Amino acid sequence: MKLHEHQAKSIFADAGIPVPDSRLAATVEEALDAVDEIGYPAAIKAQVHVGGRGKAGGIKIATDREEAEQYAEEILGMDLKGYTVEEVLVEAGVDFVDELYVGVTMDRGEGQPVLMVSTEGGVDIEEVASENPDAIAREHVDPAFGLHPYQARKVVYEAGVDADVALDVASILSTLYDLYEDSDASEIEVNPVMITSDRDVVAADAVMNIDEDALFRQPDLAELAEASYEDDLERKAGEYGFDYVRLSGNVGIIGNGAGLVMTTLDLVDYYGGKPANFLDIGGGAKAERVTQALDMVFSDPNVDSVVFNIFGGITRGDEVAKGINEALAEFDEIPKPVVVRLAGTNAEEGMEILNTDLIEVEETLEDAVQRAVKNAEEVAQ
Amino acid sequence: MSIFVDDDTRVVVQGITGGEGKFHAEQMIEYGTNVVAGAVPGKGGQEAAGVPVYDTVNEAVEAEDADASVIFVPPAFAADAVFEALDTDLDLAVAITEGIPTQDMAKVNKRLGETDTRLLGPNCPGIITPGEAKLGILPGNIFAEGNVGLVSRSGTLTYQVVDNLTERGIGQTTAIGIGGDPIIGTSFIDALEAFEADDETDAVVMCGEIGGEDEEEAAAFIGEHMDTPVAGFIAGRTAPPGKRMGHAGAIVSGSGTGTAESKIDALNDAGVPVGDTPEEVADHVESFL
Repeated sequence: MKLHEHQAKSIFADAGIPVPDSRLAATVEEALDAVDEIGYPAAIKAQVHVGGRGKAGGIKIATDREEAEQYAEEILGMDLKGYTVEEVLVEAGVDFVDELYVGVTMDRGEGQPVLMVSTEGGVDIEEVASENPDAIAREHVDPAFGLHPYQARKVVYEAGVDADVALDVASILSTLYDLYEDSDASEIEVNPVMITSDRDVVAADAVMNIDEDALFRQPDLAELAEASYEDDLERKAGEYGFDYVRLSGNVGIIGNGAGLVMTTLDLVDYYGGKPANFLDIGGGAKAERVTQALDMVFSDPNVDSVVFNIFGGITRGDEVAKGINEALAEFDEIPKPVVVRLAGTNAEEGMEILNTDLIEVEETLEDAVQRAVKNAEEVAQ
Repeated sequence: MSIFVDDDTRVVVQGITGGEGKFHAEQMIEYGTNVVAGAVPGKGGQEAAGVPVYDTVNEAVEAEDADASVIFVPPAFAADAVFEALDTDLDLAVAITEGIPTQDMAKVNKRLGETDTRLLGPNCPGIITPGEAKLGILPGNIFAEGNVGLVSRSGTLTYQVVDNLTERGIGQTTAIGIGGDPIIGTSFIDALEAFEADDETDAVVMCGEIGGEDEEEAAAFIGEHMDTPVAGFIAGRTAPPGKRMGHAGAIVSGSGTGTAESKIDALNDAGVPVGDTPEEVADHVESFL
């Protein structure tokens, strides 16, 4: 789960990390009130979960009230890579002389958290990582012990941070690691940390992602997660408890098990279609879950056809088929053609029971996907 | 022959009195697995799925001589259950639980390095040696005894590929689900190494998915160390960057690492044919045999 910049910064500020003065604004009027209090220059920053906001025009620096109004009007409501900007953060501009990158993330390969520091801040750190990996200093943390304070200092000195600010940067990094542990973050990144002309150190941006699997013990963050859905369908999926990802195509996909659902998406693409979503209904395929899953895909206006691919393992195919029939009976009409494919335990018995007045049935995954792609083409015409 | 489990494996089920634990313990026993005990704190002295329940894994091991455990414990308590298994010096612990916080797994991973126990999972369907034993939730009836090893990060995708193989009369030595989490115990390489050393495994199927670099590392291992032919499959070609595709580990990073393309290229470079469909994977395996 990604936090917005303003949410992460408020967590940073509470932990004692210096951040620029800022206000959140949802309207141009609110933005102007904010700049009146903060003064100029002020950054107007789109609050959306999109990387590279600056390049995409989602961050502008206003030097007077006229500019602030113009930029707030431009950014509020703008479409940033598919997301509509609902709020902007109005933030005091920082008079900086240098920019650093600092971050804490999980090194999957090592199974250990890693601290990262680079003096090449303010640019795309992933580009730095691929073109000049030596420009990023790294230090692994033993998760059983936690961070030893010397490690934060070591990695900051290794990165070549100016000596007069090195301890301040190390202190920020140390606090970030504490936040990383305490909030079950999967990633915390500050890019850039700005060094001001007065040699103060300020966290000018904030990226904070939380491990969704840990939200059960992070009640405050779980509340933010509820509020941070940017898409009505994703919110609905959250309420139903589905693993759901919305894509831009028109073939709706429902299946069980992450790997098999991903494979179904891939096959839709392979046979010339465009997947509309990833939806994993998990094990069992009880009628209620099937009803909810169909409701999800039918609620997506982009969906022109649906493929429903279930591999019955422990749950037998005939039980799955009964669940699907019951679910279908809940709908007055089936708005888009649905192709069902059952496989695995008792699949044949299941296929025989399925109510083919309402849906189409195919025996193999490949055939089911091809038919759904063809259905989508016909409906779209 | 087989790898990691056979009909001598003596299994304790952690969480055997819960709904999932009890159901799957019964399924395992029905398949012929030597389930000898359950372990649930506070439930010692009871019986579940026809086997005695002990309060601790240690008691279960001492009383029933168990050497492996299968863990059906809810996410909030699962890391503790894995620690208990590791600290009891079992040969194998299979963690089925999905949704264990990653930072908990980092701590488990650290401890794992200090023990001789093999951990499979978490967030995995388990392991099956057809005709001998299954530890986990895999549907036993779709598997058949044979000479193909299978290792996969996913459950139902494994079943799909196994189904395609079994329907053609191609059976399996052992099938292993290593799990879809970012931090897992047994890697592709561990499984591939064991299959390479197994005399009865004549071909291997490896099903990977987006996220991390395990498939790339496995490809390098295959290129350098394996004579047994391997066929591959990679799920997630259409996954957008930054989105978690069901599995906690299935995520393409913003920088473009962890993509299906990178994994497919690495496997192809190692001489591993990668199927565009599960059916094509079975075609490749058939051509090896």
